[in-house]
Amino acid sequence: MVRGSFQRLKNNSVELLSVVSALIIWQVTAVYIVQNKFFLPSFTDVAEAFIITISRQGVFPFLSMNLELPVLLVDTLYSLMHFSIGLAAALAIGIPVGMLMGWFRSVERVFDPLIEIVRPIPPLAWIPFAIIWIGLNPFGAGFVIFIGALFPIIINTFTGFKSVPRIYVEAAKVLGCNTDRELMRRVAIPSALPSIAAGVRIAMGVGWMCLVAAEMFGVSRNGLGFKIWHNYYLHHMDFVLVYMLVLGFLGLLIDRLLRSYLEDKFFKWRTGVVM
Amino acid sequence: MGRVNIKGVSRKFVKDDIVRTLALDNVSLDIEDKEFVCFIGPSGCGKTTLLRIVSGLDYPDEGEVFVDNERIKGPGPTRGMVFQEYSLFPWKTVIDNVIFGPQMRGVQKKDAIEEAQKYLELVGLEQFRDSYPHELSGGMKQRVAIARALANEPQVLLMDEPFGALDAQTRNSLQHELLDIWQKKNITILFVTHSVDEAVFLADRIVIMTARPGKIKEVIRVDIQRLRDRTSTEVNQLRNRVLKLLAEEQKKIS
Repeated sequence: MVRGSFQRLKNNSVELLSVVSALIIWQVTAVYIVQNKFFLPSFTDVAEAFIITISRQGVFPFLSMNLELPVLLVDTLYSLMHFSIGLAAALAIGIPVGMLMGWFRSVERVFDPLIEIVRPIPPLAWIPFAIIWIGLNPFGAGFVIFIGALFPIIINTFTGFKSVPRIYVEAAKVLGCNTDRELMRRVAIPSALPSIAAGVRIAMGVGWMCLVAAEMFGVSRNGLGFKIWHNYYLHHMDFVLVYMLVLGFLGLLIDRLLRSYLEDKFFKWRTGVVM
Repeated sequence: MGRVNIKGVSRKFVKDDIVRTLALDNVSLDIEDKEFVCFIGPSGCGKTTLLRIVSGLDYPDEGEVFVDNERIKGPGPTRGMVFQEYSLFPWKTVIDNVIFGPQMRGVQKKDAIEEAQKYLELVGLEQFRDSYPHELSGGMKQRVAIARALANEPQVLLMDEPFGALDAQTRNSLQHELLDIWQKKNITILFVTHSVDEAVFLADRIVIMTARPGKIKEVIRVDIQRLRDRTSTEVNQLRNRVLKLLAEEQKKIS
């Protein structure tokens, strides 16, 4: 057991050394060169701030209860809630639209010009309307994430459906699979799944970025992004960094989870690396 | 029963309202039940188009095709098809590929799997039932494709250069297996090929087609006892005859 973990450390020694050196350089720069906690908090400042955020209690309203949880966890839950609302809406609308566009030429012609016009608008430009239409609530923040996540999902689903090899469709037809509905369900969706999954992965990345901005620009009074802005006003730059790092680690974690889930679940049939 | 009647079939390919190619020009042919017919001709002579019309994937501009006196309007389970390209669904295992047709007809999965085992045995791949297509060689993929087509119990099996992408040895052994299957299953086979050797080895009748526009140039009945010896004199004579006819057509193109 001990030997096993020692072996693993040894195998990853270069990566470990890289991270440790970066931390040491950061600490030395902050303490001896910059010498200004506001301008650049040191690693230990950030570690202290982190401990405070997990030891102080906050309140997260869940159903009709008010759960007492560490502040950092409360913020994380809020952010994940905003993220899930936005992503769920983007999946619910983006996948069917992309599928229909890819399968029916007429639907493509209807939607394509609209999408091409709306798509280049940065998701953050929607923030004022998100506030006016929906308000300062989780759904307002979710809306901005929805806009960010929608287009990668539509476009990848569309591309996946467009590039279903003709031979599979014809083989299915000859075997008695003849209606559009059945062909989409039994041939196009499985064939397009890798492309759809890649789109979801991009969408999650974009959505995560939008999340911070949405919360920072005041669409919500909670969440990791909101706390970055809040602590900036208080000149607590060590706390700002804690929240920045948590955002980074959470983003990484979500991406990894999605990837391993997809690879186990869907892509046994694919050769080599999927995404 | 698997009688195929092709009556006056023409097919033109139109682009921008202009007829670009006349692929088939008034083709008529009657194929008996349980007959093995090979179609051969220069590339672009419309033999694949003719097969696609019989399958229902393509349609004739003029003329009609009947299978057992029933006019073909679209793809249907009376005709199975094996394509030249690998057409197995890569996201399904071998067995799930084979039961695709029966499941579309509403057969219960359990019964379909039981039936499918038999077809996998027929093509000698029962131990690969849970493999994915990317784990199989080219020859194995085409064997599964044959099993998948047969699982729908078609009266007519349409084969569009099914062994075209395989190496010579695999090709020869698959030709043997196909004759076995054909005799066991008692079905009609329409087989498109580029290879004179293949046609001479397999067919009851060889249909030689002209260069574009595709017409039937000559139909040769092959009265050589099966299994045919690929190097015997009568096979060689027949091969020469077919090659000569094909050479005439090839000249027209160049």
